[in-house]
Amino acid sequence: MNILLKHIEYPESTELKGYCESGGYKALSKALDMKPSDIVDEVRRSGLRGRGGAGFPAGMKWTIASMDPKKPKYLICNADEGEPGTFKDKPILEKNPHLLIEGMAISAYAIGAEYGYIYLRGEYPEAKEILEKAIIDSYAAGYLGDNILGKGFKFHLFVYFGAGAYICGEETAMIESLQGKRGQPRIKPPFPVNEGFLAKPTVINNVETFANIPYLVEVGAYAYMKIGTPESPGPKLFSVSGSVNKPGVYELPMGTTLREIIYEHCGGIKDGKKLKAVIPGGVSTPIMTADTLDCPMDFVNLPKYGSMLGSGGLIVFDETADLRKVCLRITEFFEHESCGKCTPCREGVGWLSSILKRMCSGEGKPEDVELLLEISKNILGKCFCALGDGAAIVVQGFVNNFRPEMEGRAGAQA
Amino acid sequence: MIVKQRAYEAKEALLMPALYAAQREHGWMSPEAMKSVARALDLPPATVKGFATFYDMFRKKPVGKHVIQLCTNVTCILSGSEDLLSMLSDKFGIAPNETTTDGRFSLVAMECIGACGTAPAMIVNTDFYENLTKESIFSILENYK
Repeated sequence: MNILLKHIEYPESTELKGYCESGGYKALSKALDMKPSDIVDEVRRSGLRGRGGAGFPAGMKWTIASMDPKKPKYLICNADEGEPGTFKDKPILEKNPHLLIEGMAISAYAIGAEYGYIYLRGEYPEAKEILEKAIIDSYAAGYLGDNILGKGFKFHLFVYFGAGAYICGEETAMIESLQGKRGQPRIKPPFPVNEGFLAKPTVINNVETFANIPYLVEVGAYAYMKIGTPESPGPKLFSVSGSVNKPGVYELPMGTTLREIIYEHCGGIKDGKKLKAVIPGGVSTPIMTADTLDCPMDFVNLPKYGSMLGSGGLIVFDETADLRKVCLRITEFFEHESCGKCTPCREGVGWLSSILKRMCSGEGKPEDVELLLEISKNILGKCFCALGDGAAIVVQGFVNNFRPEMEGRAGAQA
Repeated sequence: MIVKQRAYEAKEALLMPALYAAQREHGWMSPEAMKSVARALDLPPATVKGFATFYDMFRKKPVGKHVIQLCTNVTCILSGSEDLLSMLSDKFGIAPNETTTDGRFSLVAMECIGACGTAPAMIVNTDFYENLTKESIFSILENYK
């Protein structure tokens, strides 16, 4: 499978020349000869679902935003890849920046946006340099600007460099941040498609979602849907880390099984050890046990196994991993990243991590595991955004799937 | 530069880049740095301070000449970054978020920096280093005088 990472194999893939020589910007040219509404329809028909984590149908977002009469409209790329275990957007940002620019230009034309921002995480300084240079080159070549490819379409694109707040990956927090405010989520509705950046209709998609657009426009929805599964069509980038022999970013069809990813593509578990557990889509998706290897990795099947596709960032644990400590580390992360706006998240997640801390240091109480579940229940669904929910379902996942170890009754502690 | 000029289209989107510029000049988010940003953008000083203190990458106190930002999230700790962190602490005699007395290094324990496939990893100033080992980490830091 080689669509999203296709250009990377060519020398000088970051350069405009290299990108064009490997077929780049053809889709933009084709798109500008289509009616914007036809592109939106094509994306809707394709069933493309957002690659940032929630899997919301991209075509539906585009439709709502393009039908909203308010002007101007804005396009934002979520490149705030902060979910631990996730590094799938990095190869696009650093090695194939023009694919993102082309995808955004097509999207902007489709929804009628004249300005776009790439909200890039502050921890990717190299990507910033590369993107900014790619944008300058695109302006010079007429792929961005006031009259793109001489076809009267105007689109301006800027890189907005974040400063280390995980919460800004949440779309309304991202908009707040972009407007010069603390990155605290807004209540929804109104949704950004109607009232987003500067209260104007705003489409926010993930880097990988935009990267799907040029191919989708080139081959059409029908051919695009042949990849992946009917409910989750298209290619997917999986970033795999932890105890595998060949960690890295793999482009595979949606619905590839966990077994195939770990044992065929990543060369199995390191040092011939046994698989113990997998986090399938970044740390805010519940951990899975080793007997779920036949699960197809897509938006529909993972929930059947008690988890979620999330970002597609897999973390693989072998038999020696101390899962209680991993759970503590993840919870501490959420505690640190909670924006502090909603009480259940701000106070609850901190409480979770202090309980886990005492459990890990041998000072736990017999009722602690139940207490974890009780607190999680009181966070879930009670906040503006999904950060607290993430912490709650993750703790629940650890307790439900690895209860003896969480209670300190199993031997596998480091 | 074309991109920088056009970024002024929306005034609201200027605070973050302005703070970065101020931090480059002042080294950290000193009260003077924040005041100068507030003046330049015609914003209340409290707004600027509220914003700056929300984001981790704006330094709340002076830092050393070089900032070692070692990732301590899940995949990196599976690959031994906790050991690396305590080795650095021992060698330089500082805890995370502290600076050596000679002002050469500050040490920061980072959340995920997106290098899980090549863990453990760190960013020194703006330079990325991956697949760190107990040996390589010190030889890399030798280059930062």
